[in-house]
Amino acid sequence: MEHLDYDTLNTLKQVMEDDFALLIDTFVQDSSDRIQTLRKVITGTEADLIRRAAHSFKGSSSNIGAPQLSSLCSALEKKVLANNFNGLADDLHAIEHEFAQVEILLRAYS
Amino acid sequence: MNDVRRLKILVADDTDTDRLILESIVRKEGHNVVSACNGLEAVQVYSAEKPDIVLLDALMPELDGFGAARKIKELAGDELVPIIFLTSLSDTESLVQCLDAGGDDFLSKPYNRIILQAKIKSFNRMREMHSTMLAQRNQIVQYNNRLLQEQMVAKHVFDNVAHSGCLNASNVRYYLSSLAVFNGDVLVAAMRPNGSMMVLLGDFTGHGLPAAIGAMPLASTFYGMVPKGFSMTDILREINGKLKNILPVGIFCCATMMDINFRKKRLKIWNGGLPDCFVYHHKETRVTPVKSTHLPLGVLSNRAFKDNCEYFELEQQDRIFVWSDGIHEARNAQGEMFGEERLKGVFSRSQNPDLLFDDIIEGVQQFVGSREKDDDLSLLEIRMDEPARVNSFAKEASDRFGNSEIEWTMVFEVKPTSFKVFDPLPMLLNVLMEVPSLRAFSSTLYTILAELYTNALEHGVLKLDSELKKTAEGFSDYYELREQRINQVTEGFVRINIAHKTNENGGLLKVRIEDSGEGFDHQSRTTDNLSSFGYSGRGIALVEKLCGTVTYLGCGNIVEVAFSWVNDD
Repeated sequence: MEHLDYDTLNTLKQVMEDDFALLIDTFVQDSSDRIQTLRKVITGTEADLIRRAAHSFKGSSSNIGAPQLSSLCSALEKKVLANNFNGLADDLHAIEHEFAQVEILLRAYS
Repeated sequence: MNDVRRLKILVADDTDTDRLILESIVRKEGHNVVSACNGLEAVQVYSAEKPDIVLLDALMPELDGFGAARKIKELAGDELVPIIFLTSLSDTESLVQCLDAGGDDFLSKPYNRIILQAKIKSFNRMREMHSTMLAQRNQIVQYNNRLLQEQMVAKHVFDNVAHSGCLNASNVRYYLSSLAVFNGDVLVAAMRPNGSMMVLLGDFTGHGLPAAIGAMPLASTFYGMVPKGFSMTDILREINGKLKNILPVGIFCCATMMDINFRKKRLKIWNGGLPDCFVYHHKETRVTPVKSTHLPLGVLSNRAFKDNCEYFELEQQDRIFVWSDGIHEARNAQGEMFGEERLKGVFSRSQNPDLLFDDIIEGVQQFVGSREKDDDLSLLEIRMDEPARVNSFAKEASDRFGNSEIEWTMVFEVKPTSFKVFDPLPMLLNVLMEVPSLRAFSSTLYTILAELYTNALEHGVLKLDSELKKTAEGFSDYYELREQRINQVTEGFVRINIAHKTNENGGLLKVRIEDSGEGFDHQSRTTDNLSSFGYSGRGIALVEKLCGTVTYLGCGNIVEVAFSWVNDD
């Protein structure tokens, strides 16, 4: 699985036109917020909050065309849904790492 | 190519990235966008902007997608606002939850522009169809209300025209829904001058206003003719002719008409198209059915119309039952009809004839089931009784007829000053019309009087020669001369003598008209004047036909006719 799906990105660029840069900025901001939230809730007991954060992040990353990132979020979501709270910190770490990659590639694209 | 008109679309998503993307896609499709970041805001924006389509993220803070969807559908009311859930939820349970909350569809992430375009198009089509349907529904409701209003107005008019007449007599019972006229059922009854009761039960084809409209001419003809003493067959014929002329083909009136003479204990009955009526003989507790032997009213031309009736000699306490087909055709829950056998059963089981009427109604109602409407039942019972006990009119008429011979004579003289300005005929006819039995003959009597008076005035007093009228030119000369002489006349008279005498079966009216003229040689007049078709002489031929005899007296200045009639009892 790639970090970025360039077909999706090209289509997005077409749709967004002059707002494409704004979109990338928004995504980066969104994602940082999302990661922050995850850091906070991952140590807690509220499974719902973790799930929701992971779910939303999954959605926006799929929209932007970052399939690997989206997949990682989906796995986290399913794991928590199955009441498995082991090694969540590691999962988050992987997500953060993937996001860093995606961000670089996105900046490079635009 | 975007072939949907410019819509207003609400995009509600709490993730900025996703919302931005969706807004751009929708704008690129050529639509206007309004946005919201959470459920609460979504409802507010919906309320303020009333978008055509709503794109709603399922999971949102404040109020989530499901709650927002419910609220929005509530606000939309009758209108169709398609709600498309935005979700990366894929499990069945969640998707079902979306639909339960009022969602109409899903759009999954990542957003696909082509798919969204197709969904917008499809939902817009649905929206427009729905909108059309609502508009048509509203129109239907409006039309329906108007129809009901019109029916109420019509009913008001009908109730005044097709009223129940003398059905409140003590020996009459009837059951008729107040809306019966919209089922085509009409019941009219009136007293004849001779104290008999005339009743007609009619059942027009169809339902609603078309069925009711025939009741008007029927009732107004009936109530116009009965008090004038016309016979049942005359009235039937008149109604038949009117209905045939007025009603469209295929609309007619099944009817039973009766003439009940309480004094002579006689029943005369005509049944065209209604189920068999029953004549109930109380002594033998048996029933004679009166079958329908005629076509309904309004079908045949008056030439082809058959008015032969059935006659019954009844006894005190005998009864006649008349009904429309509502009783026979009443259906129970299984779809079976009540039918004639069950009706006969009610009669054979009856212990008390006074309760027969109630037994019939109860029998049908039980058969049909109490929850069902029974506005199709029309039932009439008339019991043979003494005139004095029927109503005051019958009593008075009967007393009057108690004396079988009533005689009077009237003499009226028209003098010269009156010839030009006063026509005695209407006044004389009015007097004659006070005799109930003569009312049916008003046009006949008028013809007789008019012809004789005219002859007396023109040939006798004004001395005009009827020979003049044999040619067309002579005709106009004649009337010029008449005008001249009537203005100049100073002497002469026309004396009209009317003698009236009744007997057991009817009566005799003798009319004698004498003028001051010189008469003519009536001795040599041939009796066969009927073959004369000249401009003159037709009138006397007609009078002869109507009266049987025309006798000339004196020197030919006196003419006498005798008009006899038989009471139609």
